[in-house]
Amino acid sequence: MSNLLTASIGRKLLMSVSGLFLILFLFVHLILNSFLLLDGVMGFQEGQFFNAGVHFMGTNPLIKVIEPMLALGFLIHIIYSLILTFQNMKARGSQSYASGKKTSGVEWASENMLVLGIAIVSFLAIHIFNFYMKMKGHIEWEAGPLVKFPFFGTEAEGENAYALVHETFKILPIVLLYIVGSVALAFHLAHGFWSSFQTIGWNNTKWMPRMRVISNVVAIILGGGFTVIAAAQYLFF
Amino acid sequence: MENTINLTLKVWRQNGSKAKGRFETYKVNQISTDNSFLEMLDILNEQLINENKVPVAFDHDCREGICGMCSLYINGRPHGPDDDVTTCQLHMRKFKDGQTITIEPWRSAAFPVIHDLIVDRRAFDKIIAAGGYVSVSTGGVPDANSIAISKVDADEAMDSASCIGCGACVAACKNGSAMLFVSAKVSHLAMLPQGRVEGARRAKAMVAKMDELGFGNCTNTGACEVECPKNISLSNIARLNREFLSAKLQD
Ligand code: HEM
Ligand code: SF4
Ligand code: FES
Repeated sequence: MSNLLTASIGRKLLMSVSGLFLILFLFVHLILNSFLLLDGVMGFQEGQFFNAGVHFMGTNPLIKVIEPMLALGFLIHIIYSLILTFQNMKARGSQSYASGKKTSGVEWASENMLVLGIAIVSFLAIHIFNFYMKMKGHIEWEAGPLVKFPFFGTEAEGENAYALVHETFKILPIVLLYIVGSVALAFHLAHGFWSSFQTIGWNNTKWMPRMRVISNVVAIILGGGFTVIAAAQYLFF
Repeated sequence: MENTINLTLKVWRQNGSKAKGRFETYKVNQISTDNSFLEMLDILNEQLINENKVPVAFDHDCREGICGMCSLYINGRPHGPDDDVTTCQLHMRKFKDGQTITIEPWRSAAFPVIHDLIVDRRAFDKIIAAGGYVSVSTGGVPDANSIAISKVDADEAMDSASCIGCGACVAACKNGSAMLFVSAKVSHLAMLPQGRVEGARRAKAMVAKMDELGFGNCTNTGACEVECPKNISLSNIARLNREFLSAKLQD
């Protein structure tokens, strides 16, 4: 184990595991976001279901553990992405090919993971500013009165997160930004998901082609999911 | 009937590793489409010699696709526009009359240019020397079939062993990574019982050497697999990752 992280494959392992952990988080996040649309379907009053979900996330003791882990996951992924990309540029050398690169069949995303990552980070910064900082009380916002919502058979009281989201998604530039961020994420994952299994060493000629398909499905579910929710909030709510 | 074509060549010329290189433009006429790419360069060189000019230096040896010496980056692709062949097996019928062909050396920090189109690929030899062999005594010739090896493993080992060490994978890689080469060399031994014994040591030593020599980190773009003249599969890279990680975990 000693010097695993000084080896190229060891560093890639960190990228892969942190990336998969972030994907797991995104699925949980998407499920919670889907409450924004499901409220009506489930027969709740405006925003109740979502508010209950946010309340659950905010009060759950497990979150206290997961939140720093998540921050660490992002940090590791971003720091190592910079280290690896920098090393790769150095390894490639300064001379480029005068006749360009005409190799066919190479995924565009696979050669632009850092660019896509930077797009995700830019989005993330604004996202955290919009919601997380406000919900956690780091930034002033017109919180309005606390609201009541059904919560595991009883009733609970909490902040009206729904109103915050709802108001934010009335602003077209923000919705567009969310869509750009989601699309960047989709491309990042269309390559990243299967690549992370390749990195871990899942060598399987039968399953790798399937993983590439699953990779696209994951990308569409996550990228498409966040896009649809933001767009639907703007258009229909 | 023999077809001939006339071509304009833009060739990278560089007088030694320290010198600044440049492109020179040459014309070659009446090239038979049955010629190989290297024969076309021979014709160019003869022409240059007759004009009292210095011929273009390029690597080649077997000229039948097995030694891995030939190494040209032709019109945007390592080994040129044809798939699954080395430059020596590339034929001029793949080009059109009047076409301009740009010929460059492999570009990668670990493969510095020595002269014109020749690059220093000794980094690959150093990786092999670090562990790409079997050093255990395997005794006399065993009875055939005394060690049963599944057809699947035997075939895969043979496929991996077909890597000729040409370096096209590195030349094609935006990360300057040698993972396809190293994974092929680790795989063909790891899948057979004689090589298996030293599998863990080999994977660690070869990867350490690869890193030390300044090759990049693989991001699984797959450009190497597309440009490899021997069709070495990307699945070898996953196998190398597993070999390496499990070797490290055992430490
Ligand atoms: C929610 C956000 C993100 C998720 C779910 C995610 C997921 C992934 C996954 C699964 C991989 C594949 C790892 C592998 O090939 O082994 C990957 C690779 C990569 N990610 Fe991310 N990523 C995210 C954000 C970012 C950010 C913010 C950056 C950079 C600023 C970034 C930069 C990269 C780079 C450069 C790679 C390629 C590295 C390599 O394969 O060696 N990612 N990502
Ligand atoms: S893996 Fe393919 S491209 Fe790379 S050195 Fe071997 S034969 Fe050449
Ligand atoms: S000269 Fe030997 S492979 Fe081309």
